[in-house]
Amino acid sequence: MINKVVANADEAIQDITSGMTLMLGGFGLCGIPENCINALVNKDIDQLTCISNNAGIDDFGIGLMLKKRQVKKMISSYVGENAEFERQLLSGELEVELVPQGTLATRCMAAGYGMPAIFTPAGVGTEVAEGKETRNFNGKEYLMEMAFDADFALVKAWKGDTAGNLIFRSTARNFNPVMAMAGKITIAEVEHLVEIGDLDPDQIHTPGIYVHRIFEGKDYEKRIEQLTIREK
Amino acid sequence: MLDKTGIAKRIAKEIKDGYYVNLGIGIPTLVANYIPKGINIVLQSENGLLGMGPFPFEGEEDSDLINAGKQTITTLPGSSIFDSALSFGMIRSQKVDLTILGAMEVSEYGDIANWKIPGKMVKGMGGAMDLVASAKNIIVAMQHVNKACESKLLAECSLPLTGVKCVKKIVTELAVLEIANEGGFRLLERAPGVSVEEIRIATLGRLIIEGEIPEMQL
Repeated sequence: MINKVVANADEAIQDITSGMTLMLGGFGLCGIPENCINALVNKDIDQLTCISNNAGIDDFGIGLMLKKRQVKKMISSYVGENAEFERQLLSGELEVELVPQGTLATRCMAAGYGMPAIFTPAGVGTEVAEGKETRNFNGKEYLMEMAFDADFALVKAWKGDTAGNLIFRSTARNFNPVMAMAGKITIAEVEHLVEIGDLDPDQIHTPGIYVHRIFEGKDYEKRIEQLTIREK
Repeated sequence: MLDKTGIAKRIAKEIKDGYYVNLGIGIPTLVANYIPKGINIVLQSENGLLGMGPFPFEGEEDSDLINAGKQTITTLPGSSIFDSALSFGMIRSQKVDLTILGAMEVSEYGDIANWKIPGKMVKGMGGAMDLVASAKNIIVAMQHVNKACESKLLAECSLPLTGVKCVKKIVTELAVLEIANEGGFRLLERAPGVSVEEIRIATLGRLIIEGEIPEMQL
Protein backbone atom coordinates (compact mmCIF):
# COMPACT_ATOMS: atom_id res chain seq x y z
CA MET A 1 0.00 0.00 0.00
CA ILE A 2 1.09 3.55 -0.67
CA ASN A 3 1.71 5.50 2.50
CA LYS A 4 0.07 8.92 2.38
CA VAL A 5 0.69 10.04 5.92
CA VAL A 6 2.05 13.51 6.61
CA ALA A 7 2.99 14.79 10.06
CA ASN A 8 0.45 17.55 10.50
CA ALA A 9 -1.65 20.25 8.86
CA ASP A 10 1.32 22.57 8.21
CA GLU A 11 3.10 19.90 6.21
CA ALA A 12 -0.11 18.89 4.42
CA ILE A 13 -0.83 22.41 3.15
CA GLN A 14 2.77 23.53 2.55
CA ASP A 15 2.35 23.91 -1.23
CA ILE A 16 -0.95 25.79 -1.11
CA THR A 17 -0.18 29.25 -2.48
CA SER A 18 -1.95 32.56 -2.98
CA GLY A 19 -4.64 32.64 -5.65
CA MET A 20 -5.47 28.94 -5.52
CA THR A 21 -8.96 27.45 -5.48
CA LEU A 22 -9.73 25.34 -2.41
CA MET A 23 -12.65 23.13 -1.48
CA LEU A 24 -13.42 22.90 2.21
CA GLY A 25 -15.76 20.21 3.53
CA GLY A 26 -18.37 20.68 6.23
CA PHE A 27 -21.90 21.94 6.71
CA GLY A 28 -22.07 24.92 9.03
CA LEU A 29 -19.39 24.12 11.60
CA CYS A 30 -20.11 20.39 11.41
CA GLY A 31 -17.35 18.29 9.85
CA ILE A 32 -15.05 21.17 8.90
CA PRO A 33 -11.29 20.60 8.51
CA GLU A 34 -10.36 22.56 11.64
CA ASN A 35 -6.63 21.75 11.60
CA CYS A 36 -6.14 22.68 7.94
CA ILE A 37 -8.08 25.93 8.37
CA ASN A 38 -5.91 26.91 11.34
CA ALA A 39 -2.77 26.09 9.35
CA LEU A 40 -3.99 28.22 6.42
CA VAL A 41 -4.69 31.12 8.78
CA ASN A 42 -1.10 30.90 10.03
CA LYS A 43 0.31 30.87 6.50
CA ASP A 44 1.13 34.02 4.58
CA ILE A 45 -1.22 33.50 1.64
CA ASP A 46 -4.25 35.31 0.27
CA GLN A 47 -6.46 35.79 -2.82
CA LEU A 48 -7.95 32.34 -2.26
CA THR A 49 -11.17 31.13 -3.85
CA CYS A 50 -13.00 28.92 -1.36
CA ILE A 51 -15.71 26.46 -2.36
CA SER A 52 -17.61 25.58 0.79
CA ASN A 53 -21.29 25.30 1.61
CA ASN A 54 -20.96 27.95 4.32
CA ALA A 55 -18.40 30.53 5.38
CA GLY A 56 -18.01 29.79 9.09
CA ILE A 57 -18.70 32.24 11.89
CA ASP A 58 -16.69 35.28 12.98
CA ASP A 59 -14.29 33.41 15.24
CA PHE A 60 -14.32 29.88 13.84
CA GLY A 61 -13.96 27.97 10.60
CA ILE A 62 -13.56 29.90 7.36
CA GLY A 63 -14.52 33.03 9.34
CA LEU A 64 -10.92 33.02 10.62
CA MET A 65 -9.58 33.14 7.05
CA LEU A 66 -11.98 35.95 6.20
CA LYS A 67 -10.81 37.91 9.22
CA LYS A 68 -7.22 37.65 7.92
CA ARG A 69 -8.41 38.78 4.48
CA GLN A 70 -7.14 35.61 2.82
CA VAL A 71 -10.28 34.99 0.78
CA LYS A 72 -10.92 36.71 -2.53
CA LYS A 73 -14.04 34.77 -3.43
CA MET A 74 -16.49 32.44 -1.71
CA ILE A 75 -18.57 29.92 -3.65
CA SER A 76 -21.31 28.82 -1.24
CA SER A 77 -25.02 28.09 -0.90
CA TYR A 78 -25.63 29.87 2.38
CA VAL A 79 -23.56 32.52 4.11
CA GLY A 80 -24.40 34.96 6.85
CA GLU A 81 -24.02 34.17 10.58
CA ASN A 82 -20.83 36.17 10.10
CA ALA A 83 -20.52 39.94 10.58
CA GLU A 84 -17.05 40.25 9.03
CA PHE A 85 -18.25 38.39 5.95
CA GLU A 86 -21.11 40.85 5.57
CA ARG A 87 -18.80 43.82 6.00
CA GLN A 88 -16.35 42.60 3.33
CA LEU A 89 -19.19 41.74 0.96
CA LEU A 90 -20.86 45.14 1.28
CA SER A 91 -17.53 46.98 0.91
CA GLY A 92 -16.69 45.02 -2.23
CA GLU A 93 -13.57 43.38 -0.77
CA LEU A 94 -15.09 39.94 -1.08
CA GLU A 95 -16.72 38.34 -4.08
CA VAL A 96 -19.49 35.80 -3.51
CA GLU A 97 -21.04 33.32 -5.90
CA LEU A 98 -24.19 31.76 -4.48
CA VAL A 99 -24.93 28.27 -5.75
CA PRO A 100 -27.93 26.09 -4.87
CA GLN A 101 -26.84 23.52 -2.29
CA GLY A 102 -27.64 20.46 -4.40
CA THR A 103 -25.90 22.00 -7.39
CA LEU A 104 -22.84 22.72 -5.24
CA ALA A 105 -22.67 19.11 -4.01
CA THR A 106 -23.29 17.66 -7.45
CA ARG A 107 -20.68 19.87 -9.15
CA CYS A 108 -18.19 18.38 -6.66
CA MET A 109 -19.49 14.90 -7.38
CA ALA A 110 -19.19 15.44 -11.14
CA ALA A 111 -15.52 16.39 -10.74
CA GLY A 112 -14.89 13.20 -8.79
CA TYR A 113 -16.76 11.11 -11.35
CA GLY A 114 -14.84 12.60 -14.27
CA MET A 115 -17.88 14.29 -15.78
CA PRO A 116 -17.45 17.84 -17.10
CA ALA A 117 -20.97 19.05 -16.35
CA ILE A 118 -24.36 18.18 -14.92
CA PHE A 119 -27.92 19.10 -15.83
CA THR A 120 -30.15 20.17 -12.96
CA PRO A 121 -33.56 21.83 -12.75
CA ALA A 122 -32.46 23.87 -9.73
CA GLY A 123 -32.44 27.57 -10.58
CA VAL A 124 -34.27 27.35 -13.92
CA GLY A 125 -36.19 30.59 -14.44
CA THR A 126 -34.23 32.38 -11.69
CA GLU A 127 -31.18 34.65 -11.70
CA VAL A 128 -29.01 31.55 -11.10
CA ALA A 129 -29.76 30.60 -14.71
CA GLU A 130 -28.48 33.87 -16.19
CA GLY A 131 -25.87 33.26 -18.88
CA LYS A 132 -26.10 29.47 -18.56
CA GLU A 133 -26.96 26.93 -21.20
CA THR A 134 -30.30 25.21 -20.74
CA ARG A 135 -31.62 22.04 -22.30
CA ASN A 136 -35.01 20.46 -22.46
CA PHE A 137 -35.22 16.78 -21.55
CA ASN A 138 -38.62 15.06 -21.64
CA GLY A 139 -40.45 18.38 -21.54
CA LYS A 140 -38.58 19.86 -18.54
CA GLU A 141 -35.90 22.56 -18.58
CA TYR A 142 -32.49 21.89 -17.04
CA LEU A 143 -29.47 24.11 -16.43
CA MET A 144 -26.02 22.97 -17.43
CA GLU A 145 -23.67 23.44 -14.48
CA MET A 146 -19.95 22.79 -14.75
CA ALA A 147 -17.94 20.43 -12.58
CA PHE A 148 -15.71 22.27 -10.13
CA ASP A 149 -12.00 22.55 -10.73
CA ALA A 150 -10.20 22.88 -7.40
CA ASP A 151 -6.46 22.85 -6.74
CA PHE A 152 -6.92 21.35 -3.29
CA ALA A 153 -9.76 19.72 -1.38
CA LEU A 154 -9.51 19.84 2.41
CA VAL A 155 -11.77 17.36 4.14
CA LYS A 156 -12.36 16.04 7.62
CA ALA A 157 -13.18 12.40 8.38
CA TRP A 158 -13.69 10.44 11.58
CA LYS A 159 -11.34 7.58 10.79
CA GLY A 160 -8.78 7.04 8.10
CA ASP A 161 -5.98 4.62 7.41
CA THR A 162 -2.47 5.25 6.16
CA ALA A 163 -3.58 4.40 2.60
CA GLY A 164 -6.08 7.27 2.68
CA ASN A 165 -9.29 5.26 3.05
CA LEU A 166 -11.87 7.33 4.94
CA ILE A 167 -14.90 6.76 7.15
CA PHE A 168 -17.07 9.68 8.17
CA ARG A 169 -19.23 9.94 11.25
CA SER A 170 -22.90 10.94 11.37
CA THR A 171 -23.93 14.13 9.54
CA ALA A 172 -20.34 15.37 9.69
CA ARG A 173 -20.16 13.42 6.42
CA ASN A 174 -22.12 16.10 4.45
CA PHE A 175 -19.92 17.57 1.67
CA ASN A 176 -16.73 15.80 2.72
CA PRO A 177 -16.91 12.65 0.55
CA VAL A 178 -17.81 14.52 -2.65
CA MET A 179 -15.14 17.14 -2.09
CA ALA A 180 -12.59 14.44 -1.28
CA MET A 181 -13.24 13.06 -4.76
CA ALA A 182 -12.98 16.43 -6.45
CA GLY A 183 -9.64 17.96 -5.53
CA LYS A 184 -6.59 17.77 -7.78
CA ILE A 185 -4.89 17.15 -4.46
CA THR A 186 -7.02 16.01 -1.55
CA ILE A 187 -5.90 16.41 2.04
CA ALA A 188 -7.81 14.47 4.68
CA GLU A 189 -7.54 15.22 8.37
CA VAL A 190 -8.97 12.52 10.60
CA GLU A 191 -9.79 12.15 14.28
CA HIS A 192 -8.33 8.66 14.32
CA LEU A 193 -5.54 7.54 12.00
CA VAL A 194 -5.21 3.75 11.90
CA GLU A 195 -2.99 1.21 10.16
CA ILE A 196 -3.98 -0.48 6.92
CA GLY A 197 -6.09 -3.52 7.66
CA ASP A 198 -7.78 -1.89 10.64
CA LEU A 199 -10.72 -0.66 8.58
CA ASP A 200 -13.29 -3.03 7.10
CA PRO A 201 -13.21 -2.52 3.30
CA ASP A 202 -17.01 -2.82 3.24
CA GLN A 203 -17.40 0.18 5.56
CA ILE A 204 -15.17 2.66 3.71
CA HIS A 205 -16.94 5.77 2.41
CA THR A 206 -14.07 7.28 0.41
CA PRO A 207 -11.53 4.94 -1.24
CA GLY A 208 -7.93 5.98 -0.66
CA ILE A 209 -7.27 6.57 -4.35
CA TYR A 210 -8.98 9.95 -3.97
CA VAL A 211 -6.87 10.98 -0.98
CA HIS A 212 -3.31 12.20 -1.48
CA ARG A 213 -2.32 13.20 2.03
CA ILE A 214 -3.67 12.20 5.42
CA PHE A 215 -2.89 13.10 9.01
CA GLU A 216 -4.39 12.75 12.45
CA GLY A 217 -5.72 16.12 13.55
CA LYS A 218 -5.52 17.41 17.09
CA ASP A 219 -7.43 19.61 19.53
CA TYR A 220 -10.77 19.31 17.76
CA GLU A 221 -13.28 21.82 19.08
CA LYS A 222 -16.23 20.58 17.01
CA ARG A 223 -18.32 23.58 17.94
CA ILE A 224 -22.11 23.48 17.91
CA GLU A 225 -23.69 26.37 16.03
CA GLN A 226 -27.24 25.96 17.34
CA LEU A 227 -27.66 23.91 20.47
CA THR A 228 -31.25 22.70 20.61
CA ILE A 229 -32.43 20.36 23.36
CA ARG A 230 -35.70 19.00 24.74
CA GLU A 231 -36.87 18.71 28.32
CA LYS A 232 -36.59 15.33 30.01
CA MET B 1 -57.59 33.35 12.00
CA LEU B 2 -54.80 30.85 12.69
CA ASP B 3 -51.59 31.35 14.60
CA LYS B 4 -48.35 29.66 13.49
CA THR B 5 -49.28 26.52 15.42
CA GLY B 6 -52.65 26.46 13.67
CA ILE B 7 -51.00 26.67 10.25
CA ALA B 8 -48.69 23.79 11.22
CA LYS B 9 -51.64 21.72 12.49
CA ARG B 10 -53.58 22.25 9.27
CA ILE B 11 -50.59 21.28 7.10
CA ALA B 12 -50.04 18.17 9.21
CA LYS B 13 -53.39 16.92 7.90
CA GLU B 14 -51.94 16.86 4.37
CA ILE B 15 -49.35 14.27 5.34
CA LYS B 16 -50.11 10.68 4.46
CA ASP B 17 -48.86 7.45 5.94
CA GLY B 18 -45.56 6.36 4.40
CA TYR B 19 -44.49 9.81 3.23
CA TYR B 20 -40.88 10.97 3.09
CA VAL B 21 -41.06 14.66 3.99
CA ASN B 22 -38.63 17.58 3.89
CA LEU B 23 -39.51 20.40 6.27
CA GLY B 24 -38.09 23.90 5.84
CA ILE B 25 -37.11 26.27 8.62
CA GLY B 26 -39.80 28.16 10.61
CA ILE B 27 -43.48 27.13 10.60
CA PRO B 28 -42.73 23.97 8.52
CA THR B 29 -40.52 22.65 11.33
CA LEU B 30 -43.52 22.84 13.70
CA VAL B 31 -45.50 20.48 11.45
CA ALA B 32 -43.53 17.53 12.83
CA ASN B 33 -45.19 18.09 16.23
CA TYR B 34 -48.72 17.52 14.87
CA ILE B 35 -48.46 14.38 12.76
CA PRO B 36 -51.63 12.40 13.54
CA LYS B 37 -51.28 9.14 15.48
CA GLY B 38 -51.01 6.10 13.23
CA ILE B 39 -49.33 8.10 10.43
CA ASN B 40 -45.73 6.99 10.00
CA ILE B 41 -43.45 9.32 8.09
CA VAL B 42 -39.73 9.79 7.60
CA LEU B 43 -38.23 13.27 7.80
CA GLN B 44 -35.42 14.12 5.39
CA SER B 45 -32.78 16.68 6.28
CA GLU B 46 -30.93 17.80 3.18
CA ASN B 47 -27.48 17.94 4.73
CA GLY B 48 -27.67 14.15 4.61
CA LEU B 49 -30.09 12.34 6.93
CA LEU B 50 -33.26 10.30 6.60
CA GLY B 51 -35.17 9.60 9.78
CA MET B 52 -34.60 12.80 11.72
CA GLY B 53 -35.56 12.43 15.38
CA PRO B 54 -36.36 15.02 18.05
CA PHE B 55 -33.87 17.36 19.72
CA PRO B 56 -31.52 15.56 22.14
CA PHE B 57 -31.86 15.69 25.90
CA GLU B 58 -29.47 18.11 27.58
CA GLY B 59 -25.98 16.63 27.75
CA GLU B 60 -26.71 14.12 24.98
CA GLU B 61 -26.12 16.53 22.09
CA ASP B 62 -23.64 15.41 19.44
CA SER B 63 -21.79 18.09 17.46
CA ASP B 64 -21.55 15.65 14.51
CA LEU B 65 -25.34 15.27 14.33
CA ILE B 66 -27.25 18.32 13.09
CA ASN B 67 -30.12 19.08 10.72
CA ALA B 68 -30.23 21.44 7.75
CA GLY B 69 -31.02 24.29 10.15
CA LYS B 70 -27.73 23.45 11.95
CA GLN B 71 -29.68 22.43 15.07
CA THR B 72 -28.57 19.50 17.19
CA ILE B 73 -30.93 16.57 16.62
CA THR B 74 -31.11 12.81 17.07
CA THR B 75 -31.52 9.80 14.81
CA LEU B 76 -34.26 7.19 15.11
CA PRO B 77 -34.21 3.41 14.66
CA GLY B 78 -34.07 2.96 10.89
CA SER B 79 -32.33 6.27 10.18
CA SER B 80 -29.69 6.51 7.47
CA ILE B 81 -26.92 9.01 6.81
CA PHE B 82 -25.35 9.92 3.49
CA ASP B 83 -23.42 12.65 1.74
CA SER B 84 -24.98 15.89 0.47
CA ALA B 85 -24.83 14.91 -3.22
CA LEU B 86 -26.83 11.75 -2.56
CA SER B 87 -29.22 13.78 -0.42
CA PHE B 88 -30.06 16.02 -3.35
CA GLY B 89 -30.09 12.98 -5.62
CA MET B 90 -33.10 11.62 -3.75
CA ILE B 91 -34.71 15.07 -3.86
CA ARG B 92 -34.08 15.50 -7.60
CA SER B 93 -35.31 12.01 -8.45
CA GLN B 94 -38.54 12.73 -6.52
CA LYS B 95 -38.15 10.07 -3.87
CA VAL B 96 -39.16 12.70 -1.31
CA ASP B 97 -42.97 12.85 -1.37
CA LEU B 98 -43.62 16.25 0.12
CA THR B 99 -41.71 19.48 0.69
CA ILE B 100 -43.08 22.08 3.08
CA LEU B 101 -41.43 25.48 3.11
CA GLY B 102 -41.96 29.14 3.84
CA ALA B 103 -42.18 31.95 1.26
CA MET B 104 -42.04 35.70 0.91
CA GLU B 105 -44.25 35.67 -2.20
CA VAL B 106 -46.16 33.14 -4.30
CA SER B 107 -47.60 33.89 -7.73
CA GLU B 108 -50.91 32.61 -9.09
CA TYR B 109 -48.93 30.26 -11.35
CA GLY B 110 -47.10 28.70 -8.42
CA ASP B 111 -43.85 30.67 -8.73
CA ILE B 112 -42.15 31.14 -5.37
CA ALA B 113 -39.77 33.80 -4.01
CA ASN B 114 -38.17 33.13 -0.65
CA TRP B 115 -34.43 33.77 -0.78
CA LYS B 116 -33.54 37.31 -1.66
CA ILE B 117 -34.68 40.87 -1.03
CA PRO B 118 -32.78 43.30 -3.29
CA GLY B 119 -30.86 45.86 -1.27
CA LYS B 120 -30.73 43.66 1.81
CA MET B 121 -27.95 41.28 2.83
CA VAL B 122 -28.39 38.09 0.82
CA LYS B 123 -27.58 34.96 2.76
CA GLY B 124 -28.15 32.51 -0.05
CA MET B 125 -30.68 29.99 -1.24
CA GLY B 126 -29.29 26.97 0.58
CA GLY B 127 -31.21 23.95 -0.69
CA ALA B 128 -34.45 25.80 -1.48
CA MET B 129 -33.91 26.08 -5.26
CA ASP B 130 -33.09 22.38 -5.55
CA LEU B 131 -36.12 21.43 -3.46
CA VAL B 132 -38.67 23.56 -5.32
CA ALA B 133 -37.32 22.64 -8.76
CA SER B 134 -37.72 18.91 -8.16
CA ALA B 135 -40.35 18.20 -5.50
CA LYS B 136 -43.52 16.59 -6.80
CA ASN B 137 -45.63 18.17 -4.06
CA ILE B 138 -44.83 21.52 -2.46
CA ILE B 139 -46.92 23.12 0.27
CA VAL B 140 -46.09 26.67 1.29
CA ALA B 141 -46.65 27.72 4.89
CA MET B 142 -46.73 31.49 5.25
CA GLN B 143 -48.59 34.58 6.40
CA HIS B 144 -51.14 35.84 3.86
CA VAL B 145 -49.81 39.40 4.06
CA ASN B 146 -46.37 40.77 4.97
CA LYS B 147 -45.50 43.10 7.83
CA ALA B 148 -46.39 46.10 5.66
CA CYS B 149 -49.87 44.54 5.20
CA GLU B 150 -49.18 43.82 1.51
CA SER B 151 -50.49 40.60 0.01
CA LYS B 152 -47.97 37.81 -0.52
CA LEU B 153 -50.29 36.05 -2.99
CA LEU B 154 -49.68 37.91 -6.22
CA ALA B 155 -50.34 37.78 -9.95
CA GLU B 156 -46.56 37.81 -10.39
CA CYS B 157 -43.77 37.72 -7.82
CA SER B 158 -41.93 41.02 -7.42
CA LEU B 159 -38.93 39.51 -5.62
CA PRO B 160 -36.22 37.38 -7.28
CA LEU B 161 -37.61 33.89 -7.85
CA THR B 162 -36.57 30.69 -6.12
CA GLY B 163 -38.47 28.52 -8.59
CA VAL B 164 -41.18 28.69 -11.25
CA LYS B 165 -44.54 26.92 -11.44
CA CYS B 166 -43.82 24.61 -8.55
CA VAL B 167 -46.07 25.41 -5.57
CA LYS B 168 -49.17 23.20 -5.32
CA LYS B 169 -50.84 24.40 -2.13
CA ILE B 170 -50.62 27.31 0.30
CA VAL B 171 -51.73 27.37 3.93
CA THR B 172 -51.91 30.79 5.59
CA GLU B 173 -53.46 32.18 8.76
CA LEU B 174 -56.57 32.91 6.66
CA ALA B 175 -57.03 30.11 4.17
CA VAL B 176 -56.02 26.96 2.34
CA LEU B 177 -55.57 27.56 -1.38
CA GLU B 178 -54.32 25.53 -4.31
CA ILE B 179 -52.73 26.70 -7.53
CA ALA B 180 -55.20 26.03 -10.35
CA ASN B 181 -53.81 24.41 -13.51
CA GLU B 182 -54.88 27.40 -15.59
CA GLY B 183 -53.42 29.81 -13.00
CA GLY B 184 -55.08 31.44 -9.99
CA PHE B 185 -55.44 30.72 -6.30
CA ARG B 186 -58.37 28.34 -5.83
CA LEU B 187 -59.82 28.90 -2.37
CA LEU B 188 -60.37 25.56 -0.66
CA GLU B 189 -60.96 26.39 3.00
CA ARG B 190 -61.38 29.38 5.28
CA ALA B 191 -59.67 29.61 8.67
CA PRO B 192 -62.09 29.58 11.62
CA GLY B 193 -63.91 32.90 11.86
CA VAL B 194 -62.49 34.27 8.59
CA SER B 195 -64.86 35.36 5.79
CA VAL B 196 -64.35 34.88 2.06
CA GLU B 197 -64.37 38.66 1.78
CA GLU B 198 -61.41 39.00 4.15
CA ILE B 199 -59.47 36.48 2.07
CA ARG B 200 -60.41 38.30 -1.12
CA ILE B 201 -59.07 41.61 0.27
CA ALA B 202 -55.80 39.97 1.38
CA THR B 203 -55.19 38.26 -1.98
CA LEU B 204 -53.79 40.39 -4.80
CA GLY B 205 -53.50 37.61 -7.40
CA ARG B 206 -56.55 36.04 -9.04
CA LEU B 207 -58.69 34.31 -6.43
CA ILE B 208 -60.96 31.52 -7.65
CA ILE B 209 -64.04 30.97 -5.50
CA GLU B 210 -66.25 28.07 -6.46
CA GLY B 211 -69.41 27.38 -4.41
CA GLU B 212 -69.53 27.39 -0.64
CA ILE B 213 -66.08 27.57 0.97
CA PRO B 214 -65.95 25.35 4.06
CA GLU B 215 -64.26 26.30 7.29
CA MET B 216 -61.08 24.36 8.13
CA GLN B 217 -61.30 21.43 10.51
CA LEU B 218 -58.28 21.27 12.79
